Parts: sequence; structure tokens; C-alpha cells
Amino acid sequence: MGAYTSRDTFTNVTPGRIGRLCLLMGLLLAAASFASLFAGTAEISVTAVVHRYFPALPFLTGDLTEAEAAIITTVRLPRVVLAAVVGASLSVAGVVFQALLRNPLADPYILGISSGSAVGAVLGIITGAGAWSVGIPGLAFLGALAAVLVVFGIAGRDRRLEVNTLLLTGVMVNAFFSAVILFIFSISDHLHLQRALHWIMGDLSLADQGGLSYTSLILVLGTVFLYLFSRPLNLLVMGEETARQLGLAVERTKLALLAAAALITAAAVSASGTIGFVGLIIPHILRLALGPDHRLLLPAAFFLGAAFLVTADTLARCLAAPTELPVGVITALCGAPYFLFLLRRRLRSSP
Amino acid sequence: MEIEDLGFAYDGTWVLRGVTFRVAQGEFMGILGPNGAGKSTLLRLMDGLLTPREGRVLLEGRPVHTMKRREVARHIAVVPQGQAVDFAFRVAEIVLMGRSPHLRTWSFEGEKDLAVVRRVMEQTDTLALAERTLDRLSGGERQRVLIARALAQEPRILLLDEPTAYLDIRHQVEILNLLKKLNNINGLTVVAVTHDINLASLYCDRIVILDRGGIRADGRPGEILTTQNIEAVYGVAVTASRHETTGRPVVTPRVGA
Repeated sequence: MGAYTSRDTFTNVTPGRIGRLCLLMGLLLAAASFASLFAGTAEISVTAVVHRYFPALPFLTGDLTEAEAAIITTVRLPRVVLAAVVGASLSVAGVVFQALLRNPLADPYILGISSGSAVGAVLGIITGAGAWSVGIPGLAFLGALAAVLVVFGIAGRDRRLEVNTLLLTGVMVNAFFSAVILFIFSISDHLHLQRALHWIMGDLSLADQGGLSYTSLILVLGTVFLYLFSRPLNLLVMGEETARQLGLAVERTKLALLAAAALITAAAVSASGTIGFVGLIIPHILRLALGPDHRLLLPAAFFLGAAFLVTADTLARCLAAPTELPVGVITALCGAPYFLFLLRRRLRSSP
Repeated sequence: MEIEDLGFAYDGTWVLRGVTFRVAQGEFMGILGPNGAGKSTLLRLMDGLLTPREGRVLLEGRPVHTMKRREVARHIAVVPQGQAVDFAFRVAEIVLMGRSPHLRTWSFEGEKDLAVVRRVMEQTDTLALAERTLDRLSGGERQRVLIARALAQEPRILLLDEPTAYLDIRHQVEILNLLKKLNNINGLTVVAVTHDINLASLYCDRIVILDRGGIRADGRPGEILTTQNIEAVYGVAVTASRHETTGRPVVTPRVGA
């Protein structure tokens, strides 16, 4: 019986393990951010930058021109932060959507948030952003909220949200809004079309200070909120009836978590356009690596999602420099094969 | 637990009506009845998962459907007929989930919770399965794990939905002996919906027979498992004899008569 007395037999999820995981993933994110900051068409010396901001450190020399300093602080840094924030948002939301909808194909965009915000953004771009006081991100955010309200309004009945109805409603709302977008495209001119398409493919060069701080705030508050519910999320993936039998107020919890995940997604999409794949693949990779417990999955998704998108954006900027590739193309090109590799390995290891 | 004049309807069709009985503390009770008699609905009403259309279920004097889920789950635990296995939680983690009604939303399991889980896994002989996932277990093992999870809730009442379905006779007896032991030693109240008339006869102190949403008979196995009752409810010809050692009724279909 001695072998069964340790805590590890019953749960490997302890505050210590979560802390170590966060530290590891945090270092990964730091490394990815550091690399991204110094990669690009303008070659900037790492030691020079460190010397400028931390002059007390020994052995570092080098001069930084004002132009180089400006590139680092006003171009690359906001962009790295935006990539991190959007990546973290989409993967955290992806974990929650997959758990709540109990569907491995679910991603943050499944309830029509992406197409709703795209309608908002495209409308703004076509009619000229100056015509709207809230700007393109504001319009995109409003579009996303409209989509969520429509989906919840149609799928909700007797103050309940049934999962399959939600999924079907989301798919239909997505289809409808996509048609609206195509309609707008068909009547708009070439220049506007180009800009709108760019937005839809996802564009991290949109980083602006104001939008970035809102998005970051929503991400941090939303993630903390979701994390408080990580044990209940474990119950929910066992099935709603089981969760209820185990003492969870299922409908209330589900509504709160869906709303939080939708808000995080809406904020991320409004700031960067619809970057695909991050919210689908990062949760899957982490489930394969860490198992199904959300007390590990959520913090890991936060850091790994951020590191992944920062790296994808670095590649998007550098691979075909000076031309910039759409970052969504990179996420899918790198992510899909790696995911299939993991899946294949897991299939081989099971009897 | 008191069930008072209970009625429930799906889309205007009554599936249960005028059901009244009392479950005494420490009782081992079976609920029999043909498919569609309302057994599963009754079980879900008793757990407060459904809101009665008429009447009520009282748990320590309070209507169970108005209580907080957390509170209900500390009194009543359910062993469902099946459990989704798509997400790969290990057996120990699944049993640990049974501690949920005793934890705050955001809190971790403490030493006491681990001690309870260890105890119930010993009782159900599932410690050796701790590292496995549900999809790698046999039907009997899976049933023991779900019972362990229910016991981890430290309930006073255990509700089971066909606990012996899909099990061979050895595993059926194994599960029922376990339930009997928990009933005897811990004073746990056990209410099991079942299709197996003879096992119910051998193990239950009391049986309620449901038919078309109402109670056909309620009493000790020896009193109510009569040819007359069984034939009326199930619509097949049967003979009732006495079990060799316990003297309880054994019901077998009359074949070729």
C-alpha cells in the first residue's frame, strides 16, 4: 500500500507543478519575444540596446542611433506585445471553448465572433474609418459582440444554453456573416478590398497603444476569471449532467465562462484581425502534452499561445523580407504539420 | 427522503404521476419496472436534476429541486449508467472530482480530500486502477470507479441507474455485494433502478414497482414479487418460486407453456 500513499497517486496537479510550468513557459515566451525584438530588416545590435537601457551592466558597449531606438520602442516592441496578447487570448479562449462545447474542433471563432467582427471591420474599411468615431477596432469589437448576442439570444431557451444548439447557431451565424462580407466585397473597389482582405487574414502591424492596453486588460482579467473556474471546467468536460450531480451550478457557470471567453476573443480579434489556428492548435498540443486538467492547461495556454504567435510573427516578418507574409498563413503552415506529427506519435504509442 | 405525489411531464405527456413513497435512512431499495415506466425520470427527480410538475421530493424536509446543487451533492450521489470517456482523466482524478461539492470553486484538494479518496478507493478496490483512464477499464471496473467517485462525495443517499447492466453474473454480484457492504457498514441509503428482478429480490430490503408512471406495488420482495404483479406489469407469463437459501422470490419466465 505504501506506493499509494503519496499525493502524486491521486493528483499531479499541485501549486508547485503549476508554478514550475508557468516559469518554464514564461522563459519560452521571454526568449521568443527577445528574438522577435531583434529580428527584422533593420539590423540592430543586441548589446547596443541592452547597453542603452541598462548602462550599469558591464562588458556591453555599442551605440544606438535615435532611429534604431525608435524602431525598437515604437515599432517592434508594441508589435511583440500585441502578438503575445493576441496569441495568449486566442489559446486561452480556445481551451475554454473546447471544454465547454465538448468538441475538439471548437475554436474561439466557432460562435461567429470572427465573422461578426470582420463585418464590423470591413464595413469600417470600405466606408472609410474616419466616418466612425470608434475606429476600425471599435467597429470590429461591436461586430463581435453583436454576433455573440445573436448566438446566445437564439440558442438560449429557458435560461439554458444547450451545446449542440449553440454550435449549430454559431455555424449558421458564421455562414451568414461570411456572405455579408462577400457581398460587401463584391461592391467595393480594389484598394479597399485589398485592405479589408489584409485585415481578415490577420495583421499585427495594427498595434496602437490605446487598443493594446484595452486588449491586454481584458486578457488579464478574463484569464484570471477563467482560471478561478479551472476545476469546475474539469467537471464540465465530464458532461453537464455529471457536473450537476457533482454539485456544480452548470448553467450559470457555463454562461459566465462562455461570456468571458467570448469577450477575450472579441478583444483579440478587434486588435489584430482574424488570425486563425492558434486557438485550435495550442489547446490540442497542450492536452496531448499535459493531459486534460485545466489547472495546468489554462496557464500553459496563456504562455505558449503568446510565444507561438510572437514566433509566427517573427517568421512572417523575416521569411520573405522586405515583404511581410500574413501571420495566419505562418500559424497554419507551421502548426498543422506539427500537430499531425504529435497526433501520429500518440496513435503509435497506444496499443 | 420523502416523495410526495410526484408528477412529471415531457412536452405535455405525463411520464410520472401521483408517485408517493418514503425512503428510510439506511434502506436498500430497488426500483423495478418495464422500459418507459418512468424509472430514470424518477431517479433524476430524486436528485433534483428535474423540477417536478406536481408534488415534490423532500430531503430532510426541504424540496430538493430548490436546493443549491452543491448542497444536494453533499447529501445525494448518483452513479450514472454511462460516463463519457473522451477526455483522458485518470481514475484517481475522476474519483477526486467527487470531492467537488466539499470544495470552494477555486480551491485545491487538501489532505482531508486525499484521505477520503484513498479510503473510498480502498473500499471499492480501485486503488490499483488509479493511473489508468476510463477507456482502458472493463465494465465492472468502470462501475466500481463511478461508485468510488460517488462515495467520495460522502453522501447519505446513493442513487444508481442500472448498476448491473452490461455486466456478467460475477461482476453483477461483485457490485451488489459492495453496495450491500456499504449499506450495512456505513449505513448508506441505497436506491437502485434495475431490470434484474431476481437480483433485486435477493439484495433489496424493499422494492417499488413502477408501471406507466405510477406505483404498482411497494413493499418487501417477498410480499410484492408475485406472479400476478410481474405478469401485470411486464406482460409476460412467469412462475415465482423460492430461493433455496434465502427463501426470497425467484421469478422466471414460463417458456413453452
